[in-house]
Amino acid sequence: MKTFQGKTLSWNWTDGTIELVLDRAPCNEIGSATLPELEKLAEALPELQRESHALIISSARKEGFCAGADLRELYRESQPLAAAERAARLREFLERIHQVMNTIDSAPLTTIAAIQGIAFGGGFELALACDLIVADKTARFCFPELRLGLIPGFGGIPRLKRDLGNALVRDLLLTGRSINASKAQAVGLVSQVVAEGDALRIARSTAAQLKKFDPETAKAAKNFIKPIPFDELRREIDIFCELFERPTVEAGLRKFTESTDPLPYLP
Amino acid sequence: MRFVAKYEQMSTLQDTTNEVLTLAATHFKVPREQLTQDDDFFKKLGINSLQALDLLTRIEQHFHIELPDYELQGVSDFRTLAERIQSRL
Repeated sequence: MKTFQGKTLSWNWTDGTIELVLDRAPCNEIGSATLPELEKLAEALPELQRESHALIISSARKEGFCAGADLRELYRESQPLAAAERAARLREFLERIHQVMNTIDSAPLTTIAAIQGIAFGGGFELALACDLIVADKTARFCFPELRLGLIPGFGGIPRLKRDLGNALVRDLLLTGRSINASKAQAVGLVSQVVAEGDALRIARSTAAQLKKFDPETAKAAKNFIKPIPFDELRREIDIFCELFERPTVEAGLRKFTESTDPLPYLP
Repeated sequence: MRFVAKYEQMSTLQDTTNEVLTLAATHFKVPREQLTQDDDFFKKLGINSLQALDLLTRIEQHFHIELPDYELQGVSDFRTLAERIQSRL
């Protein structure tokens, strides 16, 4: 399937590059609408990657790359459920999104996240599953989950720990603060910082460069340098599910959902 | 870099406030003369939370500082925002 047009995202294959574009208002929140379409991509990748050298993930939303999990939907849909049913559904959702992230993370082609605006929570985690991050000057990265009494649940911490020093991981996780593109580049998270509105163009230029190299060599290099932290990812799901059962989380989700605070995204 | 650092040390709170007002006016296309240091920038600029983060990014770039966003909790007027910036210069 070389092209796909869904309700929350689309992709198009051109000359060896797959371009996945997230496009769901307000800022590509990942919930029950986006997950099945991400799974379609994961299903299509084995065939697509045979004749591809790069996958670019970007956003059509001017608000940003992705604001993370759809917390309003999570709160709304978990409320009427009994505890056991709620826990089972949550775990199923996490297993499915982890499968998607692991597929992107381990894809034999080179994956590039083109970021503008916010990449928060699950959006940051999606970017971390990619091999390269190209960010424009408006980009901000954040794990605000602790404000809800949770940890990131889409594989963020194991992947961030894989890429960066533990002290910075603790800083971002425990304070919930966001960092801009320049800081993200200085710490080694972002490979290129570009002018506002230029992330996708530079990601395409980078993808064109990748095409010059033998794909089997690129695949071997990636396998060598980018191990998937499966054990920690599995542990993350368990911790997330344990934490989710606490009253603190329900209170945090309710506060976020009902918030009239001018800065609800901030911890 | 030394010259920049020296300039920053010499900046007064009023200088910083004026720069923030000019930055906000330019970015959000509001006439500079309509903004004062005591204005609520959410109301005066008509911005939401994501746009406030955009303003934070531009402030960090302009002043060459890192300003953790939790320091902006409860801050809504330009003067207090300038004070937070000033403490990082």
